[in-house]
Amino acid sequence: MMTSANPTIAICVRGLTNRFGAQVVHENLDLDVIRGEVLGVVGGSGTGKSVLLRTLIGLNRPAKGQIRILDTNLIGASDRDMRALERRWGVLFQDGALFSSLTVAQNVDLVLKEQTDLGPRLRREIAALKIAMVGLPPDSGRKFPSELSGGMRKRAGLARALALDPEILFLDEPTAGLDPIGAAAFDELIKSLNTTLGLTVFLVTHDLDTLHAITHRVAVLAERRVIRCLPLKELVNDPHPWIQSYFSGPRGRVAALSHAGAA
Amino acid sequence: MGRRFLPSAHQQVHGRQRALEQSPFGRQTGAMINLPIQTEPVRLAYLDLNSSPEQDVLVLSGDWVIGSVGAVDDQLANIARQGTKPLRVDPSGIARMDSAGAWMIARMKRDGERARRPVEIGASMPECQELLNQVLATLRPPLPIPRPVPGFIALLLGLGRYTISLGARISRMLSFFGLLLVTIASLISRPKHWRVTSMVFHMKAVGVDAVPIVGLMSFLIGVVLAYQGASQLQRFGAEVFTVNLIALSVLREIGILMTAILVAGRSGSAFTAAIGSMKLREEVDALRALGLNPVEVLVVPRALALLFTLPMLAVFAAIAGLLGGMIMCWSVLDISPVSFMVRLNEAVRINHFLVGIIKAPFFALAIATIGCFEGFEVEGSAESVGRLTTVSVVESIFVVIVLDAIFSIFFATINY
Repeated sequence: MMTSANPTIAICVRGLTNRFGAQVVHENLDLDVIRGEVLGVVGGSGTGKSVLLRTLIGLNRPAKGQIRILDTNLIGASDRDMRALERRWGVLFQDGALFSSLTVAQNVDLVLKEQTDLGPRLRREIAALKIAMVGLPPDSGRKFPSELSGGMRKRAGLARALALDPEILFLDEPTAGLDPIGAAAFDELIKSLNTTLGLTVFLVTHDLDTLHAITHRVAVLAERRVIRCLPLKELVNDPHPWIQSYFSGPRGRVAALSHAGAA
Repeated sequence: MGRRFLPSAHQQVHGRQRALEQSPFGRQTGAMINLPIQTEPVRLAYLDLNSSPEQDVLVLSGDWVIGSVGAVDDQLANIARQGTKPLRVDPSGIARMDSAGAWMIARMKRDGERARRPVEIGASMPECQELLNQVLATLRPPLPIPRPVPGFIALLLGLGRYTISLGARISRMLSFFGLLLVTIASLISRPKHWRVTSMVFHMKAVGVDAVPIVGLMSFLIGVVLAYQGASQLQRFGAEVFTVNLIALSVLREIGILMTAILVAGRSGSAFTAAIGSMKLREEVDALRALGLNPVEVLVVPRALALLFTLPMLAVFAAIAGLLGGMIMCWSVLDISPVSFMVRLNEAVRINHFLVGIIKAPFFALAIATIGCFEGFEVEGSAESVGRLTTVSVVESIFVVIVLDAIFSIFFATINY
């Protein structure tokens, strides 16, 4: 057993148990996320994908288990450590969760204002940069979230998540509700952020195309734990019945075919 | 931090496998060891300006990340803008760079070019180069900033816009009121569409549940009126007229007015907030899409519930007010309940009661219309629900008082 921190592991979960009342969502769940990888998380409805994500970002306190993110123990971390940790990850919620009373630029700026000591001019410029980096047109910074389309809201949410140049990006179904072209563009965006910024990405998704296009490994949630965590190519040949029906159903086959040439 | 090393795809795969084997906890153990927290401290961003006759060379080193670049922000902006010689930026000594750091470098190019000064950005460490290129690619012409309008004209513009929007709003509100009346009228012949359950639910919410607070408030107002009236009328030895004062003011004005104001604050706001939240969550659109009329489903039951319960609340408020006055008269003026009743019987005619109660349905319709109308005006943000709820309460109280004034003039003119 090593006693020094392992810099190549971004997130390490051991023995995680989550329950709501009598309903046990996770039991003895183990998971490792390696720095610089894009990890996809799949599972049937109600298997606790979102609960897992919320637990990792500290919004849900688990009944049992250890979580170590960027070499900080999440459970029992002091408020100060928690603040420091929260600056090092970014979260994109399902519908963006932008603050509806602020413009897109103000949404990004808010994070910079609260968490850094940068001057207002530089903050404004960095906010504009993030908005440009996620592929939004320049005038969208002045718009309110209600004036944007669903896809643009997701991009704006991503710009806010990236405001502090996080090391880990948590994404909750980023391509849900996007048209195939928009979803593919979003995949490309996340892939390029992963390579240029060296981001570790924790991605909850149902989108088989996304899994094929950008993930390095895929974790399968079933039976209240992570039953497999493998590169997709190995996963599709796994004999587990749920995995078979997930990846070998009509949608899975089409997605695999369309990405076979590209990969 | 992760940006320092960006291994190639090949290395990444191997790194990943190695990482799994080296998991600090071992692969079999479920226990976790408390490791010391390891954070890489952010170092400063350094810059070094070397001038030669033909060009300036700016050498950057240290960490150029979001936590460090704030300190060199002004310095860098000045270097880029001042000076005329070509500028060469050499970022190759930078150890760590994130997009904020990359932006600082890219900005030099933009600022220099705006000041007609050639700026050349040298190569950075290979692992940062892609990020720097991407940030450089986002440089684009700045958005035109809208020209500010002079103060006085801006004031006039604001006033004009406000007036127009107010006019439009009032006309929308009146149309909404008309729509409500038309919908109610059309429902008369369609008893199948009466939403009795919903109406009874709202009658409980706006009527029954309001009984304790309306009773307490009216009782206390009766007490206050009796006390103030008695202390003034005693000077003329006319304290017995306190009964007339209480009876007329409670029955004709105060009972119904205070009840309406309370209900506007209690239920008008609830109508706005409920319908507003439904509008935000597209429930109103869903009703329309299902072929249901939102006015019929949401507004009519609320309006009718208020229409039926507000007069009853007003009667109850009048009783409570008189009771408060009676108890006060008994304890301060020694007017026994029996003589209070006798006096009351002499002072009050049925029209005093009717003047009060006849106003109740009008107030009810005003409160329901405004409360529901403002709910439908909600748009976009959660903040707009809060804003319009406030607007709804202020408007309905205002309209109730205006209506009351009109009724007062009317009844005074016809001498009723």
